[in-house]
Amino acid sequence: MELFNKIYKDKFAFGAFLVLAFLYLIILFADFIAPYSSLYSNRDMSYAPPSKIYTITEDGRISKPYTYNYIREYEPSLMQTIYKQDRSTKYYIKPFVKGEKYKFLGIIPCDRHLFGVREGGYIYPLGTDINGRDVFSRLLFGGRISMTIGFLSLFIVFPIGLLYGGISGYFGGIIDNIMMRFAEAIMAIPSFYLLIILAAILPSGMTSIQRFCLIIVILALIGWAGFARVIRGMVLSIKNEEFVQAAKTIGASKLRIITKHILPQTTSYVIIALTLSVPSYILAESGLSFLGLGIQQPDASWGNMLKEAQEFTNILYRPWLLIPGLLIFTAVLSFNLLGDAIRDFLDPKSKIR
Amino acid sequence: MKLWRYIAKRLLQTVPLLIIVSLISFFIIRLSPIDPLAELRLNPSISQETLDKEIKRLNLDKPIGIQYLSWAKAFIKGDFGYTSAGEKVSTKLKERIPNTLLLTLVVIFMTWSVGIPLGIISAYKKESAFDRLLTVTASIGMAIPSFFFAILMLIFAVKTGWFPVGGLTSYNFNDMSFGNKCVDIIKHLVLPSFVLFTISLSGLQRQMRANMLEVMDSDYIKFARAKGLSEFKVVFKHALRNAVNPMITLLGFEFAGLLSGAALTEYVFQYPGLGRLILEAVMKSDINLVMASLMMGTIMLITGNLIADILLMITDPRIRGVNNGIV
Repeated sequence: MELFNKIYKDKFAFGAFLVLAFLYLIILFADFIAPYSSLYSNRDMSYAPPSKIYTITEDGRISKPYTYNYIREYEPSLMQTIYKQDRSTKYYIKPFVKGEKYKFLGIIPCDRHLFGVREGGYIYPLGTDINGRDVFSRLLFGGRISMTIGFLSLFIVFPIGLLYGGISGYFGGIIDNIMMRFAEAIMAIPSFYLLIILAAILPSGMTSIQRFCLIIVILALIGWAGFARVIRGMVLSIKNEEFVQAAKTIGASKLRIITKHILPQTTSYVIIALTLSVPSYILAESGLSFLGLGIQQPDASWGNMLKEAQEFTNILYRPWLLIPGLLIFTAVLSFNLLGDAIRDFLDPKSKIR
Repeated sequence: MKLWRYIAKRLLQTVPLLIIVSLISFFIIRLSPIDPLAELRLNPSISQETLDKEIKRLNLDKPIGIQYLSWAKAFIKGDFGYTSAGEKVSTKLKERIPNTLLLTLVVIFMTWSVGIPLGIISAYKKESAFDRLLTVTASIGMAIPSFFFAILMLIFAVKTGWFPVGGLTSYNFNDMSFGNKCVDIIKHLVLPSFVLFTISLSGLQRQMRANMLEVMDSDYIKFARAKGLSEFKVVFKHALRNAVNPMITLLGFEFAGLLSGAALTEYVFQYPGLGRLILEAVMKSDINLVMASLMMGTIMLITGNLIADILLMITDPRIRGVNNGIV
């Protein structure tokens, strides 16, 4: 509670907290908020610009928000396809329209979407990509992957790192020596090089769920070594304290001493490291997917959506394809600000930073 | 004398490290389902005989332990084998490593010459408007994904036409005079180095600020002030020396981070560096090339850390005196 008060007082951290809460809420209800499903695609509308939404009609009256459909035309003078608005029919944007079927929260079958237009009309709030898929909807579904993959990796990194560092530090001697040399070897390989090699050896015929899980494991394989090293350092200094001696005298087993007596002492560091390392996992995943080695099409992630923004024609004429990058930036920035506030709270010594 | 002993000791320590690294990476690659000859197998003009020869040459018919040993033996001799396209791996590496080193060194030089002064100023003028501004920019710099920023820079380059896009040299590089060649390379370096600079500057500046604040709070600075030294002397002679020491350790980390971060930036800018090489090699599952560039990246990283530690030994008398073991 005290922590929340502290965050509430720090306007940057509180802002970051609100942004993250908003993002997670949106991706939780992605099926409902998105006007289209994650697999929807309209082959006739590839790279359609964002739908323009009007609230004032052509003769100057205020009206309910409406939009026009686009028609694709080939413009010989420009040698490219262009999109023109079809001004003949207005499509009013209505709340809770019927659309594609989905399962609300994964359980309740439902076909209402937060907003949309009547049949025959399209609404692409942020344009479409090369396959005519709605960028806005895909951003929401992609967020599900990009915003959770970091946390899931941490669930692997932390137990491994804690146990590895704990055993290495507690036993010392030759065990410590061997274990630490191994961890150092992992750290000595430039992490991104190791990441792409591990990602590249994944066989190609996997389902998207399998791939998602393996990417989590790979991200964890990169991250645990540095964490384990710090834990080992802390264990080295804790293991000579009196309460550890006492536990030994009572006859507690070594594993029990490590897990029940020593490791809990590192909690505040662990929480700080946890919040501060989420952003690096988000960045790593998006980097991998950006290169085409992470989450694969047709699944969306913010990284693989940005992949399309690499082409020159796209970055010049289709700026809406850059929006996933802005979202990665926002998420990472918010996690950093929140992490800083949590660190200041749990570790006042570093308040100076 | 002590310094030399320390260096020798550290060099010896890197040997087992390199062996473990090579073991890890070799087994990751070899035990993966990737078939190093897949490309040749798919090519109908290549006969079974040639394939068999290739298998013999790559020792693919032998157990994996033997494969590793023969690879290691060749590697120590400096023979890195051939790429799947038939080029020598060593010539490829010779082309790419200097480019990556150039980029990294330029970036480190830039970040240090800008980040350290900025860190000092923001610590000295703590909580001022300038310090706040720097804090905000630093958070932004730390959060922006390198490849996204690189794409934004590409847009900038294409829209303004001020900078060439992609590569390290222009198409007519060979016909240029020496002066023009330098200008050409610098022009190509500006954008990638600016991207990496912005991203690594923030961390460095924050760290320097923190160190400086810690030092400025200490008793010997109060004492220096009390005995009436000028502010200039207090800051630059007494505080700075102690605040910079921890930064040198950071230099090694920064080098590691840059090697990794550069890979994505190199990819976006089509910069011919080690990061892009390893990426291309991975995509083509070119095992010899992957192994060699991975090892080279590791050696560069270890060397970077070693240099940082040696520099620290030279600048910090406390480390010189005691415990030269684990730093």
